Amino acid sequence: MKPQTSTTEVIELCLLIGRIMLQNGAETYRVEDTMTRIAASYGKEEAQSFVTPTGIVFSLSQVEPSKLVRVSDRTTNLSHVTIANNISRKITAGDLDIQAAHEQLTKLDQAGVKFSMPTQIAAASLASGCFAIMFQGHWSDFLPACISGGVGFIALLAFHRFFEIKFFAEFLASLIIGALAFTLLSFGLGSEADKVIIGSVMPLVPGLLITNAVRDLMAGHLVSGLSKGAEAFLTAFAIGGGVAIAFSIF
Amino acid sequence: MLWVEQLITSFIASAAFGVIFQAPKSTLFKCGLVGSTGWIIYRIFVEWDLNEITGTFVASFVIAMIAQFFARKYKTPVIVFSVAGIIPLVPGGLAYDAMRHFVQNNYETALPISAKAFMVSGAIAIGLVLSEVINQSVKKIRKRR
Repeated sequence: MKPQTSTTEVIELCLLIGRIMLQNGAETYRVEDTMTRIAASYGKEEAQSFVTPTGIVFSLSQVEPSKLVRVSDRTTNLSHVTIANNISRKITAGDLDIQAAHEQLTKLDQAGVKFSMPTQIAAASLASGCFAIMFQGHWSDFLPACISGGVGFIALLAFHRFFEIKFFAEFLASLIIGALAFTLLSFGLGSEADKVIIGSVMPLVPGLLITNAVRDLMAGHLVSGLSKGAEAFLTAFAIGGGVAIAFSIF
Repeated sequence: MLWVEQLITSFIASAAFGVIFQAPKSTLFKCGLVGSTGWIIYRIFVEWDLNEITGTFVASFVIAMIAQFFARKYKTPVIVFSVAGIIPLVPGGLAYDAMRHFVQNNYETALPISAKAFMVSGAIAIGLVLSEVINQSVKKIRKRR
């Protein structure tokens, strides 16, 4: 027979895994699904969870008071999502007791990122160069796209730390990208400003948000799907606006 | 030559996006594979003058199918693979073009381009939805047996 686990422990564990997954960019339907599954595997069948991109409401057996967790900053860390998913698999398979699960999740919560910031910046700048070629740019656009894409990504990270306002960082970063692309072009680096700018803007594009929004809408999570869609649209608009201003200056 | 360079750049770009999204190291190669497959399908449609929107739809469908296959095989959330593949298809270029025309007061040229960008995003969504539908019906049929 399984040892009886206390209700508070289950609630704590579910909220912890839910928060980790939501903060690191999992789809909301996956978060809800994971939480109710874990609760069920510890014998709490009537768990209810309601997840939006900014918070989690979780209640067990409807007698217990509901718990609320607010998630204010979200990043993208898919390996955290993967590890949390594996832990939840182990729990539902019955391979992991509640203390061990809690320990592993706390460790995961405190673990740093897999790829350091310089690696990410290098990846962003390489991706920018490759995108310039993919969008039918000339090879002479490769280097300027790498430069402005890398600088734009650095700017994005820096501004995200500096300003609390969400879409302003994207706006400024794309403005810098546009300005830099035109400057490089005037120094004879690159042949087409369009291709350079499109390529270097790509790391800022809200691709994860778009796919998540679609998947959430499909799963019937209309609130999360629409709010993520709105976030994606506003981000795209901020990027477009930044580039547009660069265009009107140069 | 053109195809080789498209293949290599799309592979690198998708894998690099895996790095930006902090995907697990073991999945980076597969992310690149998914991304370049989708991009080549899209380019075939564009190059042979078939419809660009149909191309986006087919590419995103194939990407989602491969991503779901990988997800089952390696017990990893689908999103790890599908995101890297979808990103090249996102109509960033079109949206940019539309925005540029808007700023330069060419509303007549900007509107059809934005409509097209909208259609392309819709095509991505429909591709994802269709693969999900197929995936779920396969699961249900298997369960019934």
